[in-house]
Amino acid sequence: MERILSYVDAIREATHQEMDRDPSVLVFGLDVDDPKVIQGTTRGLLEKFGPERVFGTPLSEDAMTGVAIGLALAGLRPIHVHIRMDFLMLAMNQLVNIAAKSRYMYGGQVQVPIVVRSMIGKSWGQGAQHSQGLYSFFMHVPGLKVVAPTTPYDAKGCLIQAIRDNDPVIYVEHRILHFQKGPVPETLYTAPLGKARITAQGSDVTLVGISHMQLECLRAQRYLEAIGIQAEVIDPIWLQPLDIETIAESARKTGRLCVVDNGWITCGAGAEIVAAVLERVQDTHAIQVRRLGFAPVTCPPTPTLEDLYYPNGRTIASVVRKLVSGAKDEWLPDERADLCEIEFKGPF
Amino acid sequence: MNERFYKALYRIRRVEEEIAAVYPTDKIKSPVHLSIGQEAVSVGVCEALGPDDVVAGTYRSHALYLAKGGNLKRMIAELYGKVTGCAKGKGGSMHLIDTAAGVMGTSAVVGTTIPNAVGYAYAMKLQRKQTLVVSFFGDGAVDEGVFHESMNFAALKALPIIFICENNSYAIHTHQSRRQKLSNICAKANVFGIPTEQIRDNDVFRIHERVSAAVKKLHAGESGPFFFECLTYRLKEHVGPNEDFHLGYRTREEAEPWIKNDPLVKLVAQLEPRRRIEIEAEVDTEIKDAFKFAESSSFPEADELFTDVYDCRA
Repeated sequence: MERILSYVDAIREATHQEMDRDPSVLVFGLDVDDPKVIQGTTRGLLEKFGPERVFGTPLSEDAMTGVAIGLALAGLRPIHVHIRMDFLMLAMNQLVNIAAKSRYMYGGQVQVPIVVRSMIGKSWGQGAQHSQGLYSFFMHVPGLKVVAPTTPYDAKGCLIQAIRDNDPVIYVEHRILHFQKGPVPETLYTAPLGKARITAQGSDVTLVGISHMQLECLRAQRYLEAIGIQAEVIDPIWLQPLDIETIAESARKTGRLCVVDNGWITCGAGAEIVAAVLERVQDTHAIQVRRLGFAPVTCPPTPTLEDLYYPNGRTIASVVRKLVSGAKDEWLPDERADLCEIEFKGPF
Repeated sequence: MNERFYKALYRIRRVEEEIAAVYPTDKIKSPVHLSIGQEAVSVGVCEALGPDDVVAGTYRSHALYLAKGGNLKRMIAELYGKVTGCAKGKGGSMHLIDTAAGVMGTSAVVGTTIPNAVGYAYAMKLQRKQTLVVSFFGDGAVDEGVFHESMNFAALKALPIIFICENNSYAIHTHQSRRQKLSNICAKANVFGIPTEQIRDNDVFRIHERVSAAVKKLHAGESGPFFFECLTYRLKEHVGPNEDFHLGYRTREEAEPWIKNDPLVKLVAQLEPRRRIEIEAEVDTEIKDAFKFAESSSFPEADELFTDVYDCRA
């Protein structure tokens, strides 16, 4: 029988199993050992592996990122946890100037196998500094890898891949995805580096949804299906390296590409995906493209404005309908109760 | 000991002078931050360390790299941008590394290797290894937030690390007094519960003796960290092969006591003249060979551009 786990438990199990397998793995960050244990993702680790391998840190993101790099230079495999991605801005110097560059600027003599876990918040008034999806910053820098799993299955497989990877990996979790449940094998397995997944088959348009927007794209796919538009939905999973070929192949077939980012549009992951696909297909295919993402403003906490700030399944469907049909009239599907609790079913 | 220290100091001084001499030919493809005047700190500290101990440094680390046993030929080749360089020509003067010698890397962004060294020390403690870590940085790094964060964590975890602040009074051209209200750098580390000591006279033997005492304590299992502020003086310009007294941010008079007190010159008097000549000849030959090695080495092939970005085995 298939075992169902939450995204949170998938992360916890991956960490636990890897720490058990490999004594060089350690976990630290603000609050990893406090009573709330990072939404449960670090539960039980302190008791099992002790305070030298599992510890809360001073509020020193810059230095602690440098410490993670130093641990990695000494041959260990640290996982540094940040309960919000916004806090990574305090760690940029170490991530961009040291972690990303050490292998290259030291002529291949060293490597920095660190995993930087960071969470994107949404709703409950998260507001300006608890909601940002800033992974495109890291996609820009050679030497870093970036992954944003959306399913419990991939949360485990990608984390194990990231831990075993010999390069620095920015591991992006969306707080809302923490509540997802899905099939997760108990065995140790890895999600292949740089491999996207087609999550729904279709022929009219290619919909790429990043992180939490993958869920919204799956909702949009159902709304569109109801009006006769078949969307192919792709979860890129890895943003660096990015599986452009899978997305380009789908776009060649559908002739239309819409990327829905869990961040702002300008210079974002969507811009990168659209441009890279066009470079590949433009000689043989004239495809139409659209990018969607956060409104180009600071995230407001009040729900009426926050609702307008984020794309959702209905607004995505509305834009995609225009892209596919050429319709000029406005249309927004009525909210469907059966799509409120959408979950990934697998099997993967 | 006199001979050993003289050789180490002389070797660094001569390497730096040779770099300065070659620099106008444009054969050196790297900005150079010469260590002339500051050699005693690196030599005094590194002579107190074992081969397995590890150091991390700054963009002004020619002295540190050589004092810790970094390969001279590969350092000069690195400055020339050659594939035989310690980073295959992909690091340059500011990113020297020799893992076999325990030189774990040097960085161009001020203060950045301090937490890396702290992390390395945590790894040594976790793995119950005897290895000590020494973190070198300048007085400019004390301005940076990461300095204070790193001191706090190293003290909190009682790590086997020695911090060496090479205080040459200037961050590029800006004097410490224009950057810090309180000049006492030891007090800034002491506040985290770290034992500190200031060594004022750039004396290679005193630095060696005091740091050796800390090394001995750490090897005996005493808790770290330890912190030393070593006053020293940079005699050349911030970056490049020349003097810079004409710029007006400092005077030649300020430099005079340091020149008069040059540890290299002071040691000459304590050596037997014949031995001195032998040591110098040996070092001069080694340096000549190193520059020849760099000159005759190849530049990296085009495919090197794309290697070492990610793990190629993946």
